[in-house]
Amino acid sequence: MACDQWRAQLDAYLDGELRTEPMRALDAHLRTCPGCAGDALARVQLKRAIKASGARFTPSPEFRNQIQKKIAGKPRRSWNVGWVLATAGLAVVLVAGLLSTYLERQNLRQQQLYSELADLHVSTLASANPVDVVSTDRHTVKPWFQGKVPFTFNLPELQNTDFTLLGGRVTYLGQVPGAHLIYQIRKHQISVFLFPENAVGLRGTSNISKERTFNVDTWTQDGLRYVVFGDVAPEDIRRLSSLLKGTARS
Amino acid sequence: MCVSADPPQPGTFEELAMPLFGQLYNFAHWLAQNREEAEDLVQETYVKALRGFGSFQPGTNFRAWMYRILRNTFLTSRTGLKATMTVPLDETENGHGATVADDQPSQEALLIDRDHQNLLQAAIEELPVQFREVLLLCEVEEMSYQEIADTVGVPIGTVMSRLSRARASLRAGVQQKLGRP
Repeated sequence: MACDQWRAQLDAYLDGELRTEPMRALDAHLRTCPGCAGDALARVQLKRAIKASGARFTPSPEFRNQIQKKIAGKPRRSWNVGWVLATAGLAVVLVAGLLSTYLERQNLRQQQLYSELADLHVSTLASANPVDVVSTDRHTVKPWFQGKVPFTFNLPELQNTDFTLLGGRVTYLGQVPGAHLIYQIRKHQISVFLFPENAVGLRGTSNISKERTFNVDTWTQDGLRYVVFGDVAPEDIRRLSSLLKGTARS
Repeated sequence: MCVSADPPQPGTFEELAMPLFGQLYNFAHWLAQNREEAEDLVQETYVKALRGFGSFQPGTNFRAWMYRILRNTFLTSRTGLKATMTVPLDETENGHGATVADDQPSQEALLIDRDHQNLLQAAIEELPVQFREVLLLCEVEEMSYQEIADTVGVPIGTVMSRLSRARASLRAGVQQKLGRP
């Protein structure tokens, strides 16, 4: 780089406004170029002289006192508009933070519940005796639950459908007793869980989702929380859900 | 070296503004070039700042805010209007750190020392107000380019251009007063 290009940067360099890399480069050049170093020294001298000459005028003590009296004892700006806005902003951030934490916890709780339901579904199917009441007859299965769960429910008529009721068992989710029914379609088994509404903390309304690789539908109806859980296609889950919903209403 | 002032902490207007009193007066006197006008300027600045203190954004640069009020007050005064009307802006106004032909300080500039302080002060007084203010804000008040830009209300490139031209004009003025070609 030619010296005139280095010199064009000298003022910014001496004002402390050059970025690190150009400053280092100019530093190195000044150590090897007497011409630019002399120029830099002259500029430093001028800067010092301007600073000394520039601090020239001093207010009189009387004038200082006069201004001091005018502004003395004015209230703090603690609650002016700016601070109110800043405080409101902080409150919004705090509320957003708390809400976010709450939602995260809720989400985590839902995930834990679905995880437990997945365990119940898989462990039941893996069992040598998956159901305690073995019957394809809903009129046998439903009465079996009497006195075992704190609610009653209806089961759908499966004639003219490809679903089969295999039976049922009592289950527990978060120490809440519920009914666990097993249905079959083709070679797949689907769990249907019923719990008292709001007792187990599950949320959601009839919207098939993917939980732990299973397809799940859940809703509340007539004071009960229904969960349909299986590895079948979402459409099969939806059809069984429709049958259950239709029966519950009847 | 030009450095930035720390953002102010919340406090009373008096706590924030009075430490700047001497500096503001010095700057006002350089602008107005007259003691009575400088006092009027400072008084008006403090009254306006106190009135507008509620709109000052905490965390922003209080010093630049005060200087901006003082400068705007000056520019709308009779002296300020006269000063700005007589200064044509150069076409390189918005150049980034533009250098001018006589921007090379000679070795004679080294002779500027305390013996020549009066001479230098006279040369500063003769600078156009746009150059005088940026030069004083940088060299005396040690403001950063950004702080000067905030105070004067122009881009940083314009600050650099004005500073460069202010220094060149000052050197030329000093040379002339020293009777050197």
